[in-house]
Amino acid sequence: MEKTMLKPEDKIFKNLYNELGWEIDNAIKRNDWTNTKNIISKGREWIINEVKISELRGRGGAGFSTGLKWSFAPKEVGSRPHYLVINADESEPGTCKDRDILRFEPQKLIEGCLIAGYAVNAHVCYIYIRGEYFNEGKRLQDAIDQAYKKNFIGKNACDTGWDFDIHIHYGAGAYICGEETALLESMEGNKGQPRLKPPFPALVGLYGCPTIVNNVETIAVVPTILRKGGKWFASIGKPKNTGTKIFCISGNVNAPCNVEEEMGIPLKELIENHAGGVEGGWENLQAVIPGGSSMPLLSKKICDTITMDFDTLIKNKSGLGTAGIVVINKNQDIVACMARIARFYKHESCGQCTPCREGAGWMWRILDRVAKRKATFNDIDLLSDVTKQIEGHTICAFGEGAAWPVQGLLRHFRKEIESRCREEPLIKKKIDNPYLVDQHLLEDKNA
Amino acid sequence: MSLKQVHSVQPKEFKFSNENLKKAEEILKKYPEKNRKSAVMPFLYLAQKQNNNWIPLVALKYIANYLSMPYISVYEIATFYSMYNLAPVGKHFVQVCTTTPCLIRGADKIVKLCKEKISSNENTLSKDGTCSWMEVECLGACVNAPMIQINDHYFEDLDEKSTIEILDSLIKDKPLRPGSYRGRQSTAPEKKRLKNGENHA
Repeated sequence: MEKTMLKPEDKIFKNLYNELGWEIDNAIKRNDWTNTKNIISKGREWIINEVKISELRGRGGAGFSTGLKWSFAPKEVGSRPHYLVINADESEPGTCKDRDILRFEPQKLIEGCLIAGYAVNAHVCYIYIRGEYFNEGKRLQDAIDQAYKKNFIGKNACDTGWDFDIHIHYGAGAYICGEETALLESMEGNKGQPRLKPPFPALVGLYGCPTIVNNVETIAVVPTILRKGGKWFASIGKPKNTGTKIFCISGNVNAPCNVEEEMGIPLKELIENHAGGVEGGWENLQAVIPGGSSMPLLSKKICDTITMDFDTLIKNKSGLGTAGIVVINKNQDIVACMARIARFYKHESCGQCTPCREGAGWMWRILDRVAKRKATFNDIDLLSDVTKQIEGHTICAFGEGAAWPVQGLLRHFRKEIESRCREEPLIKKKIDNPYLVDQHLLEDKNA
Repeated sequence: MSLKQVHSVQPKEFKFSNENLKKAEEILKKYPEKNRKSAVMPFLYLAQKQNNNWIPLVALKYIANYLSMPYISVYEIATFYSMYNLAPVGKHFVQVCTTTPCLIRGADKIVKLCKEKISSNENTLSKDGTCSWMEVECLGACVNAPMIQINDHYFEDLDEKSTIEILDSLIKDKPLRPGSYRGRQSTAPEKKRLKNGENHA
């Protein structure tokens, strides 16, 4: 029998593996859409307050208080309509939790959309799904159609007098569109390049209108919180790190899986009880990326005792992020693994800010050199410097997301990196190129 | 930003089929009247589907006209997002995820098999012209790594044996079954897992 921290009755996503059926009738059997009218009739303030009591923090990576975010939306609708936008552009390497919600628990998301939409005064909700999740989007559309048929959404949704429509908008393979303002740009028919903040989307968002952007998992847990009470949710986990969370455990484990667990569960317990343990045993563990590729990795020593919640991970100079746990054992080349992540960021940088656009390439090239044992000791300091130049000097958090994992590698595996570097550069010949001369003009000379 | 090459041979004409015109009008209804531009991404998908999974430049012009946008804005979007193909791809378009979680579990072996079975270079059609492959970044199915996407479908929990099986049936144009290739229930943990068809601790 598997040992778990979370009591079965406290599980929110009972159909995480589609053992019970995703269709609306099965979802209703699992208590979705019960009392929705009642909940909404209690009013906006009650809903937002209850979400605040639950201490729910956004599940998309930043961990911002959801109740607080909702309260930023203007109380009265002015000349511009309000919008609710759901971020289902799940592309963080190591993360695949929203996919299961879209496929197997779509009604939780749809009900959450209605409640959240009502709470922030929005009649229209857009769900932005990454383009690759074509089938998941189709499934969600089926689920939306089923909800329309039962009049749970649409005109006079759930008989509450509130009109509510949900539309799906597909992305097209840009990681950066997971950043909320880039997502809004993309929805407006532009390149997905983040906007400067402030103004925040809650005041100036989609089409210049007040917009609340939330992650799929955040919205999907809201109906259950309101049914069972904010206090129930707050009683699970740790103070300020409450509730349940879907963890995605991938990499060198015997049984990779998604699992819903209590926030603050020890990492070791999570890996050993749910994911079948590290390949080759716990002692064979090299490092763990705890929250998707943007979060710095943890060394084995930290992994022995750490608990999985926002604040503990921040204290250990990492973060919970999306809770995509990538386990790396000693059979892997840690530098090659991180060089691949650096390549990911180089590929996905939107190109708007120079430090990120250029720096991501620099980090990848240096790490690739280290992995191939072609780097010099000077390269290590250069690498460290590049990460510092990116961090904090870009419009959005992509810069940090790209720089932090490399800083984490330098922090925990500096010896490993040094052992692969050489004193002298491989190519010693210095070419005296005049500055700013077209390279193709020099080709003959250098051939 | 994705690097792409625009195909050297371009058709002269493009317009939406009647069926797609209807779909286009449906799509426009989703967005406010004055924000027709929002439909550019779904329109590009329609054009891509209609034209054998790639978008010719005339289609960009057609969409620009349709939505009253400058041609260059549509071009910019078509080149910014990686899922719009501006050159022909195979009828079977294989995308191999090679980001770290898949890499750890052997995505490089799948790349090697694609090179052997389809074509030695990415984005190049196979000899019979039906398949092409490319490496892509994280496809968001990390606990089912390694995995590939063929057209719209995900093929998960692969190893060398199952990849060979898939690629062989692809080349012979046989129907394929998407999903897990270890007979696993979506993302649930397995008690015993198979590797290359054999029990593996």
